[in-house]
Amino acid sequence: MSLDAPEKTTPQARKITTKPRVSDQIFRGVVTAFSFSALVILALIALFLFLKGFSALKAQGFNFITSFEWTVFVDDTGKEVAHFGLQAMLVGTVVIAFIALFIAVPLAVLTALFLTFYAPDRIKKILITVIDLMAAFPSILYGLWGYFVLMPMAIYWAQLINKWLGWIYIFDVPEPIFARSPFIAGIVLSVMIIPIITSVSREVFSQTPLDRIQAAYALGATKWGMIRAVVLPFGANGVVGGSMLGLGRAFGETVAVFSVLNIVYRTNFQILYTQGGNVASMIIQKFGEAGKTEMSALIAAGLVLFMLTLGVNFFANYIVTKTVKSGR
Amino acid sequence: MTLEAVKPIKPWAATPRDRAMTVTSILLAALTTFALVASTPMKGKLAYFFVFFFAWLAIDSLFVLRKAGVKGVRNGLAEKLTFLGALIVIMAVASILWAVISRGLAGLNFAYVTQTMRNASMFDPIGNGGIAHAIFGTLLLITIAIIMSVPMGILTALYLTEIKGKASGLIEFLIQAMSGVPSVVAGLFIYAAIILNTPLRPSAFLGGLALTILMVPTVTRTAQEVLNLVPRDLREAGLAMGATQWKTVALVVLPAARSGLITAVILGVARIAGETAPLLFTVGTFDAFNFNPFVGQNSALPIIVWSGLNGGAAESIQRAWSAILLLLIVVLVIFISARIFGKKSMKK
Amino acid sequence: MTMSEQTESTTPSSLSAVAAARAEKKVAGTSPLGTGLEARGVHAWFDKHHALSDVSLDFSAGTVTALIGPSGCGKSTFIRTLNRMHEFIPNTSMAGQVLLDGKDVYEPGIDVTKIRLQIGMVFQKPNPFPSMTIGENVLSGLKLAQIKTSNPDELMQECLTRAGLWTEVKDRLGAHAGGLSGGQQQRLCIARALAVKPKVLLMDEPCSALDPGSTLRIEETISELSKSMTVVIVTHNMQQAARVSDYTAFFLSDGGPGQMIEVGPTNEIFSRPRDKRTENYVTGRFG
Repeated sequence: MSLDAPEKTTPQARKITTKPRVSDQIFRGVVTAFSFSALVILALIALFLFLKGFSALKAQGFNFITSFEWTVFVDDTGKEVAHFGLQAMLVGTVVIAFIALFIAVPLAVLTALFLTFYAPDRIKKILITVIDLMAAFPSILYGLWGYFVLMPMAIYWAQLINKWLGWIYIFDVPEPIFARSPFIAGIVLSVMIIPIITSVSREVFSQTPLDRIQAAYALGATKWGMIRAVVLPFGANGVVGGSMLGLGRAFGETVAVFSVLNIVYRTNFQILYTQGGNVASMIIQKFGEAGKTEMSALIAAGLVLFMLTLGVNFFANYIVTKTVKSGR
Repeated sequence: MTLEAVKPIKPWAATPRDRAMTVTSILLAALTTFALVASTPMKGKLAYFFVFFFAWLAIDSLFVLRKAGVKGVRNGLAEKLTFLGALIVIMAVASILWAVISRGLAGLNFAYVTQTMRNASMFDPIGNGGIAHAIFGTLLLITIAIIMSVPMGILTALYLTEIKGKASGLIEFLIQAMSGVPSVVAGLFIYAAIILNTPLRPSAFLGGLALTILMVPTVTRTAQEVLNLVPRDLREAGLAMGATQWKTVALVVLPAARSGLITAVILGVARIAGETAPLLFTVGTFDAFNFNPFVGQNSALPIIVWSGLNGGAAESIQRAWSAILLLLIVVLVIFISARIFGKKSMKK
Repeated sequence: MTMSEQTESTTPSSLSAVAAARAEKKVAGTSPLGTGLEARGVHAWFDKHHALSDVSLDFSAGTVTALIGPSGCGKSTFIRTLNRMHEFIPNTSMAGQVLLDGKDVYEPGIDVTKIRLQIGMVFQKPNPFPSMTIGENVLSGLKLAQIKTSNPDELMQECLTRAGLWTEVKDRLGAHAGGLSGGQQQRLCIARALAVKPKVLLMDEPCSALDPGSTLRIEETISELSKSMTVVIVTHNMQQAARVSDYTAFFLSDGGPGQMIEVGPTNEIFSRPRDKRTENYVTGRFG
């Protein structure tokens, strides 16, 4: 009798295959095809915007983004002369978006904290419904309200700011005309993006792990002490993600901005003054009367806007899904 | 000792003394506000509001300082600040709602919702001409968008939840990217791709196409969440009975998720019902009913608001307010139905 | 004490022997701060559900009291009424008094955060603040309470030493707390609780999520701590109660609200319990 134990080899795992029924194959095929439609649509958008905008891009080159002249006319020899530069509008887009963030983020975070930690149950439910409703308002409503209701008040505020803080460059104005300024557009935009930032912040605040909250309280913390020590560090990423989502929306806003902003082709950092711009509303403004060349330029502008918002949204969603959904 | 006689209490709840202190501090703050505002050149609602808030902060802090020290003051300040933030947001919403209702009601009458602008111009006094054709246009656009985006949206959601293929991560990413497309770009795209390349001209159909681009991501994401809520056992039960996957999906999963899927569609509609920019590139304007979605320009509520606003005259602006009131009612109805259906699907 | 502890039988005699040995080691009369903590007629409700009924316990200063009993009989709820953490759960109410040094902690107008500084708590699952470093964690209680200290480093070292963690982390006080093992995290939580110099330390099953090695360390810490404060520990582990506590209170719920059945010196509870139900529990007939 041999003293060796019999050789035991673990068998290899069997490959399990199944041949799906024809109906299932069709099912999977159809579903997959439709799902790739998202990819197809996005690719098509980029493609057509690029194709149709190409002639303008080619003629202007990199100047398209950096120069800030936008003129097209026919000169004495009958030749069409065109200069298309987006710089003023790009800068304007960023300026009003940041004004909007500056106002919206503190308000949204405070509101989210109020809803999560301070509001009594009934008020909380009502407020959440109201804020969700706010997210559903059509943008042109904000345009109307912004022009007829907000602007008179905002002009007064701008005058106050100019009076007391006018020694700072951005609050100074070359002439005392305060209507339809980037400041007012920024306020309107901020009201539009508050719902989404509040929503995301609220979701992440409410996921703060209870054991950490209890640890803070057991150490004798007040409610605010607990929020600073536990909730804000935990929720910081989510708030940033939500703010970027809001930023993406602010970049692309069209009709609301158009109603309350005087679109002028100069880069303007004096936000209280009646002069500004935003790529989306410029497209709307020029669209009606654009000739072929200008149309190409407008489409190219749309492409630039598309790339910009795509970038911001990609980044925002990355942050939001990383922190909010996985619950850090 | 009878234990039934013991009454539960909440010693931590606000005592009458606490409440008295709060009321006192508010009254004192109000008094201080009036005194300050009267004696300085400040004026206006803004002045009252902020002076009151700061006065209240200061006075209340004094009370709290005695009871709980510096950290108590910080705590009280933080609490009031969060309340202020929420209050400002609420005031903004209230202002918007009030503006729409008070200004829009004036122009609403029977004629407004039943006539068209065929025989009137927007500068005519109210009572002449209406926006029935625009109401129809909006409904037409919504219908076209639903027809195109619901299959795409739900099928994509099905891919993500049932098939879970290798491309799932990519598809999810793309749907998220798509949800960030600005509405003006969607309109511009249809214009660049179709109107400039084909003989097709602005029509309701093209508007519906643009709106579909905006609607699909919302439908997909909500449908995905809802389908993920359907318990795995249901699917396994179907498959265990020998059904093919597609039969399981069609006869078991989809019916189970039905009210949630309806919510997804409703939310998608809410997203696009008020969109203006894409319509400006793809639908044009029209004075009367156009029942043909494929040929000829059309009208819609947002377009009326846009033209009214840009008209500049009092009459056209009045028409704009009334149109937006109607549009808001439409959006509200959609929103409320989404809530109702949403609750139903959660209950399951 | 070695790993063979795990196979130790739970006969009352062996448990009481351990407890008796401990009682001998304890020097009578070493008294720290104040007169201790006393609960008088404490009840607790969750909404309408009466969870705890008429519990009266006197925790003398400088002693360790263990609360034992089967799951769900109200031990954790009771301990949370002592440092006013019970009220964080919505819709709760209570009745009775909790006296710290003779003053009721539930008196209206009192600053509850001050109470929690004097009655600290360590939880079942270690919960250091992950966004802070180890050093910051230890001092976080001071920061939250806005207490100034003249020598934070010294205080940090003292607390970490008392918690039995100093030698392991002294070179990495700037590292993030999340990198520590479970047992280390729990000792960090103990150090954190000690930094605000509480008179009483409440521990809610502090070792139930830890390995035996960490458990041992923490039990040693508890013995040390009792020299300068009062400790109340909830535990499921009767051997632990025997090893660590001077007094033991037995809780039980017979379907209704939880009640404290019997309290006494630990070795008596395990060797000559007065109540039949206590006897059934400590001999392992249920629970």
